Order: sequence, then structure tokens, then C-alpha cells
Amino acid sequence: MLSCTRLTKTYPSGGRDLTVLKDITFEIEAGAFVAITGPSGSGKSTLLGLLAGLDRPSSGTVTLDGHDLSKLDEDGRARLRGAKVGFVFQAFQLIPTLTARENIQVPVELGGGADAEARATELLARVGLGDRGHHYPAQLSGGEQQRVALARAFANRPKVLFADEPTGNLDAGNGGAIIDLLTGWNRDFGTTLILVTHDPDLARRAGRVIRLADGQLLSSTA
Amino acid sequence: MKALRFALTHARREGRAAPRRIILLAATVALGIAALTAINGFTANLRQSIRDQSRALLGADIRLGSRTRFSPVADSLLGVAAKGGDVARVVSFDAMAYAPTTRATRLVDVEAIGAGWPFYGTVRTDPAEAWSRLTTGHVIIVDPSLLASLGVKVGDSVSIGKAKFEVAGTVVEIPGDVTALSAFAPSVYVPVGDAEATGLLGFGARLSYDAYIKLPVGSDVKAAANGVRAPLRTLSISVRTASDDERDLNDSLTKLARYLGLVALAALLLGGIGVASASRELITRRLESIAVLRCLGAPAGTVLLAYLLEAGMIGLVGGIIGVAAGTALQLSVPALLHGMIPVNVHVAADPATIVLGIGLGIWVTMVFALGPLLGIRRVPPLAALRRDAEELIIPRDAARWGARLLLALSVLLLAALQVRSLIVATGFSVALAVAAGSLALVAAGLVRLARLTPARLPYTWRQGLANLHRPANQTASVILALGFGAFVLLTLFLTERSLLSRFAIDTRPDRPDLVFFDIQPDQVDGVRQILKDGGATPASFTPIVPMRIKSLKGSPVTALLTDSTRPARGERPGWALRREYRSTWRDTATASERVTDGRWWHAGAGRAAGAVPISVEEGLANTLGVTVGDTITWDVQGADVVTRVANLRHVEWTRFEPNFFVVFPAGPVDRAPQTLVALTRGNTPAARAALQAAVVSRYSNISAIDASVLADAIARLVSRIALAVRFLALFTLAAGAAVLVGAVAASRRQRLREGVLLKTLGATRAQVMRIAVVEYAALGLLAAVAASGLAIAGAALLARSRFELPLVVPGGALAAVAAGLAALSVIVGLWTGREVFSGTALEELRGE
Repeated sequence: MLSCTRLTKTYPSGGRDLTVLKDITFEIEAGAFVAITGPSGSGKSTLLGLLAGLDRPSSGTVTLDGHDLSKLDEDGRARLRGAKVGFVFQAFQLIPTLTARENIQVPVELGGGADAEARATELLARVGLGDRGHHYPAQLSGGEQQRVALARAFANRPKVLFADEPTGNLDAGNGGAIIDLLTGWNRDFGTTLILVTHDPDLARRAGRVIRLADGQLLSSTA
Repeated sequence: MKALRFALTHARREGRAAPRRIILLAATVALGIAALTAINGFTANLRQSIRDQSRALLGADIRLGSRTRFSPVADSLLGVAAKGGDVARVVSFDAMAYAPTTRATRLVDVEAIGAGWPFYGTVRTDPAEAWSRLTTGHVIIVDPSLLASLGVKVGDSVSIGKAKFEVAGTVVEIPGDVTALSAFAPSVYVPVGDAEATGLLGFGARLSYDAYIKLPVGSDVKAAANGVRAPLRTLSISVRTASDDERDLNDSLTKLARYLGLVALAALLLGGIGVASASRELITRRLESIAVLRCLGAPAGTVLLAYLLEAGMIGLVGGIIGVAAGTALQLSVPALLHGMIPVNVHVAADPATIVLGIGLGIWVTMVFALGPLLGIRRVPPLAALRRDAEELIIPRDAARWGARLLLALSVLLLAALQVRSLIVATGFSVALAVAAGSLALVAAGLVRLARLTPARLPYTWRQGLANLHRPANQTASVILALGFGAFVLLTLFLTERSLLSRFAIDTRPDRPDLVFFDIQPDQVDGVRQILKDGGATPASFTPIVPMRIKSLKGSPVTALLTDSTRPARGERPGWALRREYRSTWRDTATASERVTDGRWWHAGAGRAAGAVPISVEEGLANTLGVTVGDTITWDVQGADVVTRVANLRHVEWTRFEPNFFVVFPAGPVDRAPQTLVALTRGNTPAARAALQAAVVSRYSNISAIDASVLADAIARLVSRIALAVRFLALFTLAAGAAVLVGAVAASRRQRLREGVLLKTLGATRAQVMRIAVVEYAALGLLAAVAASGLAIAGAALLARSRFELPLVVPGGALAAVAAGLAALSVIVGLWTGREVFSGTALEELRGE
């Protein structure tokens, strides 16, 4: 489903190159629930960005559902994301100028789908916000916003869902609800779930944990 | 296709989310569109009205015009042209009107009207029946302004030459009359039968004999005119049809209106600059949203398209508002140009102007937004994940240069379409680009300078000045917005002032302020004595000899006139060949002349054998196609004088003194029939009036003009046009203010944060306010200083290249503008950020 080989990322910093990720190789099978953990600055988010094709590696390759990301240009990667990838961010990242419903519709509309409204209605109900679709993000609580974000992430029935510290900005109750929704989707639809977190409790619920430290793969355990 | 559908949907949602921003930007664009629609809609109305009223403009189908009485040959040709239709005769000449009761005099344009004129169009007089009394004789109908300058009323008597008339009424409306021009010499209508009685139709008078023809219904006007054009031309008689008049009037008036449109275009372009800076700011604000869209699978092009379409929607709204407002304003343009247009302009919404206005709104908005919006392509999707990716670097790649080229070409094209002249359009575009570029440089300089704020200044001063260089400062936007508007306004203001000062009465004691002309040689001593008795400075007398060209470089004029096919447009050699030249003789150049080619002759050269050396004005030489060494034979009242062009002269025509196309040396034409012009100085208006009355009551053939009357007339004409220009220039300033509001509003959120933070740290409201005042006053003042500098350069260039006059810089007015701009900047700054100073800043911040 998703694999990376000898993935390395360096940034120029203060006149010299700073290596953020070094020689990362692993493979994730379809339908897996994988947690990527590690201390701050260990390269978790960078790895997530590379796996999702948001950024280009300095060397190494990523293969997503049979597509070599290095062979796609910026727009090609965007189209692949639109079709196969969902995102959940720590800061929710709803588009503030769009209502909850419209936020959910965006991925469907981008793909040219005609059933955007019906799909949004269905997803809003599923995340328990059936009557809040017309609200703007600023009018929703953090937990509600993250549920809308979750609904948006699933709008195109993605094969892979990337979640970057999805509970980082939420209290325990809301965080728990989000994790339940995520794992439910993973279980019910076989969506591959790749979750970045430094919450050990959350990592324990994953089927597999990839640990990073100083940009290097420390361990990859089931 | 699906990309377009998504882009449209997203653009609509984005627009809905920030109505205040949309309305402000649309208003910025609408101001320019409104001004442009008003002036271009009016131009369309004007053209249509001239077309509809062209026959009424001339008052006939054809007019034959001559400087001399029609000969029997001319009369028979007139009969041929008339084809059995009606003919009316009009004789016109300049004369002095003299009111015996008040002893007041005034130079007037006498129109001696024959029965029947005008065949088309209406004459309205006050009282209404006055025009019909004209046929009964011994009455005159006058321009209303004459009553005031002579101090008489309807029913009083006024003398013209040797004849005395009763004022029967005043003119309200008459075909072809440009009332603004009547300020030079108000029109007086007399019966044609009484023209002879004035005794002014003799030698020396500048007479026009016109025959107006009304052809039988259904006749081909063009064919009738063309049938006699060639033979009449050899008799120095011009042939004009109503469509000639229509074309000439259209040429001059629409040209004026089109140039006025450039001022409106400047307002629109400033709106475009506002859109550009708002777009740049929008990307920064929407960076995360754009990154999220990219994460969700939106190709960069789709997102770019969405924001470009949103700009287009703003343009559409601005275009619609602008066109609506402009069409309403169109009603006021005839009032602005009142008295300068000889037709009744029928005001109606012009569909083409409306469609063009809306289209222009969309295009200008999109083309200005495109460059900044290209930055969207560089927003990394990673920015949704990582905050540190936020610093957006917009590379200067090919697409960006392409966008700039498109923008430059668009501006050039819009200007070219407006004035129909690539040279003027290029000058306009370059001037605006230089102005915008210079203002950007000044802003960059200010940012650097603000870093050097001395530490010993009070805290609020340091803080306010520091705001000019902090990240996300509005220095560039504000300087550009205010400076650009002020630049346009000031350039026009300075040009106007320079023009006016050129024509203002010269108060230096050695300069003449009163001129007498048509003086007969035997009246010179009498006039000299009257002036001396009246306390005037001793007059200088200049002789004037009327003459015509007989042959040019060996070719007889008659042959040249029949040969020369009339050029499509521009100069008409026929006019220069046919006209009567009023030349003088002297052996030196005057102060207002400069020899540009060849040399002046030695005194006495005129009495030597061979061709007489003459000096020709350079513009005329160009028209006639002669240069130094060419021969011209003159018909001086029946005597042939062979001359050779000795030199070409540049003449400052605007000087208040007699200037000449052709100057002869003393000798060859001394004894030709001539009149003289006398220049003197009366010093006060009362003295000038008394001198005129004294001369005119003694010699009724002598005319006089008061320099101050002339200056007033010109000032009135210039200020008429200046009013229209200033009216349009105000739109530029308004657009600048709108852009300013937008720029300040864009930084509002950051201001709120800073304000709250400062208050949390213990700053009082007064201190926070003082910081803002310092910042905005500095911005306003600097914008004013930069705009003044640019305007002085621009106006100097304009004054020198277009009007050949030096620039006048009214320092007081410029200082007032600077203070005004600083005040405007402070007011807008404080008003837009008013929540910062209120007690509720924190709630305001939360509510964002």
C-alpha cells in the first residue's frame, strides 16, 4: 500500500545542511493502523509530509498505492492525494471562509463528483454534526471542528488517511471521540490509517508503531 | 471543466465570506469606472448630438465664405451651388460697441444677418420676438455679457462705428455658437442692411462675407458643394457643408473628451493598484487555506483560477456599480462643459459605454490581481502541516514577467483606445509607471530611514515611526495609494496654474495692457494726442499691411489651389495659401521672437535691388513647405512684391503684443495701404476704460482690447476645462483614499493584537492613539512630498512639451495639499483602526 525506501531529507540551515530524516525504509500494508512516534524534532511531521507527497525527499523514494511519488509533478501528486489520501491536522485546518458542510464538500467537488452535497450530509450525520453543517469553523468548538475535519478527510473514501497529532489541540474527552471515529473507519472500511503522535496511550491502540529519534528509524514493531 | 466548476464555486464562497473586503475593493474599481463611463458616455452623447444637429450647427446645408465681397463670378457660382434653393447673406467683422450713456466700450464680433438665416436650428432670444425685429432694421441683438460690460439694458442705444442701434434683446440660443468664446468678443447681431451704415466695411477691417445655402429638399449636398469647390477655391472662397462642420467639431470636441478620459483612466488604474496590493495581502492571509486545498488534492492552477475568478467577480461588481454611478454622473458633464459646446447634448445611457465599462472593470481587476496571485503556485501544501513553511517567497519566474508584460500592454492598450494615439498613450503609461515606481522607491527609502529613528525621541514617536518598517507594514501600499492620487491631481493643478499665469495680465510697469488696432495712418497723431492727454504711457505704433500669396516657389497660388488634393486630415495648405496675411515691416527682431534658421537682414536691406528678404514664422513655413532661400511673391493690394525667405522665426504667440507670420524689412511695403496697431499702458481698469472711450468716440473705426479683458476671457475658458479636469481628477484621489482604507484595513488584525498587547503592558489609550497618529502623519506627509516632487516634474514636462511655457509652482498650495494628505491619512488610519483605541479591543480580537 505505502512504502518508502532510503528516505532522506535535508534542509539548508545557517549555511550548512541539516539532516532531518536519514535513510528511512519501511512498508505499510493496506488496512493497517500505524502510529509514528518520537520526541519533538525527531522528524515525525517531515516523514508524514514526504509519505503524503506534500514535500519532496532529498533522496529515496515513496510509493503510494503503486505510484512512485518521485515520478509525479506537484499537480500530479495533488491529484493523487485528492483521489486516495485523506488528511487530519493537529490545528484542524478547516478553511475559515467555508461552512462545515462546504469544507466537507471540497474534496468531492475537486474530484468533479456530483454527489458532494449528499456525501456531506451523510458524513455530517456520521460525525454527529447533522444539524451544524451551515456553521462556519469559528462558530464550532475545537472538538466539533476536528470532527468536521475528519468528515472532510473521509469525503472521497480515501485508501490512506494521514493524521498529524489529531488530538493534540483537544481535551481528553474530545480526543477520545476523534480516535474512536478514526479507528472505526479503519476497521469498517479498511482505510489505512497513519497517525503521528507522541501520546504513548494513543500509540498503543495502533497495530504497529514506528519510532523515530533524531531523524532515524529506531524501531518498527507490531 | 471540473477545475473551472470548482474554481467558480470556491470563488463564490470566498467572496461571500468577506463582504466588506469585496465591497471596498469593488468601490475602489467602481470609482475609476464611474469617471470613465461618465466621460465616455458623454462623448458618445456628444457625437450623436453633433450628428443629429449638424445642419442646425451651420444653420444651412452649405456655407461659402470669403474675406472680400462676392464678385459677380462668385455670385454666379453661388447660384450654381444653390440649385434654385434659398440663399442668406451674413457679413461679420470686429468692431467697438460704444454706449453713449455710460461711455463704456467693448470689442464685439458683429454679425450682420441677412433675411432667412438660419435655415435650420432655432434662434431663441429674450424677449422672444426680438429676432423678428431684426429684419425691420436699426436694432441689434446682443450676447447677454455685453449688457453687463457696457452697463446698458434692453431698449438702450449702442453705437457701432458710425451707426446707432437700439438693443432689441439678448441671445439665448443660436446655431453654432460657442458661448465660452464670446468672452473674447461678445456677439452682436445687426440687420445686414445696416452693416454698410457702420462705415466699417472699408479697408483694414477683418471682414467675412458668408453666403448660406439651403438646397431644395432631396438635393445631394455633397455633390452641390463639390461642384463649385474647385472654381471657388481659386477665388479664395471656402466651401463648407454641414458634414464638414460635424467632422471638425467631432474631431476637436471628442479629442478634448478623450483626453479628459485619460484622467478617469488614471483613477481606474489606481483602483487596479489597490486590487493588486489587496491580492498580495489576500494570499498571505489565506496561506493556510490554500495549503489545505493543495493537501486535499487541488492542483495549483485550480486554486489560482479560483482566486482569479474571485477578482473577476469583484471587477464585475465594481463595473456594475461604476457604470451605474457613471451613467448618473453623465448627466452632470454637460453642466461642467457648459458654454463650450455649440450643440444641445442629448444625454442618454450609451449601451456600448456600459458594456465596455463592465468589461473594463473585470479585465482591469483580473489583470492587476494576476501578478500577485501567481504566488499561489508557490504555496507549499506542507504549509498546512508546518508553521515554519509560512514564509512565502515569490520567485520572479517567466509567468510573473508574463503577467507584468500583460499588465503593461493592457494599460497601454486602454490608454491608446482612450486617446486614439499611440504616442500619447505611451507617454501616459510611462508617466504613470514612473510615478508608481518612484513612489515605491520612496516607500522603500522610508522603510530604511525609519530604522534609523533616533533613540532620544519620545516613546510614542519611536513606536509610531518603527511601525513604518516592521514586518507586514503598510508603508508601500499607503504611499502608493495616497501619492499616486495626489500626483495626478497636483500635476493637473500645476499645469493649470502655469497656463493661467501665462495669460495673466502682466503688471510690470513697462508692459502694455491696452491695444488699439485698425488705426488709419492719418489718425496716428490724433490717437497719440488722446493717449497723451489721457495719461497713458507713450504708445508704440506697429504698421500692418494686408497681403496675399500670389505665387510660391514660382508656382501660382491659383494653380496650387486647384492641384492640391485636400489632405485627409491635419494641416490644410489651402487655408494657408488663401488667407490674408497681415504683415509688418521692421529691421530687427522683437523680444518675443527667436531666429531658428537663416539670419536677420541688415538695416536698409529692403531698399536693395532684387528679391526682398523676409522672415517667416517657423510653423507657417512648415505648413507652406518653404525654407530659407525659397521665393514667395506677394500680392500687396494689387502690387506684386517678390521676396526671398531670409530666416525662420519662433514666435511666442501668447505675449500681449502684435505678432506676425511674416515680417518685411523697412522699405518695400512702407507705402502700401496699411493700418496701425498701438500698444500702450493705462495702468488701472478705469484709466483703460476712459482711454478706450476717448479714442473710440473720436474714431469709430478704431478697435481696442483691454489686456485684462483678454486675460479674464482666457482664464474663464481655461478654468472651464480645468473644472472638468479637476472633477475627474478628484476620482483619482477618491480611488487613492479607497485604496488607503483597504491597505489600513488589511493590517487591522495585527494592529488590534499590538494595541491589546501594548495596553496589557500598561500603555494608555492616548499613547496608543498617538503612536498611530505619528505613523499615519508620517506616511501622509511623505506621500505628499513625493507626489509634489513627481507632479512638479510631470507638470514641467507637460507645460514645456505641450504648451511651451515655464512651470509655476505655488508653494502655499502645495503645502496645503501636503497638510491635507497627512490629515486624510491620519483620519483614515484612526477611523479604520478605531477599535484599537476603544476599551473593547480584547473582545474585538476574540470576535475575529
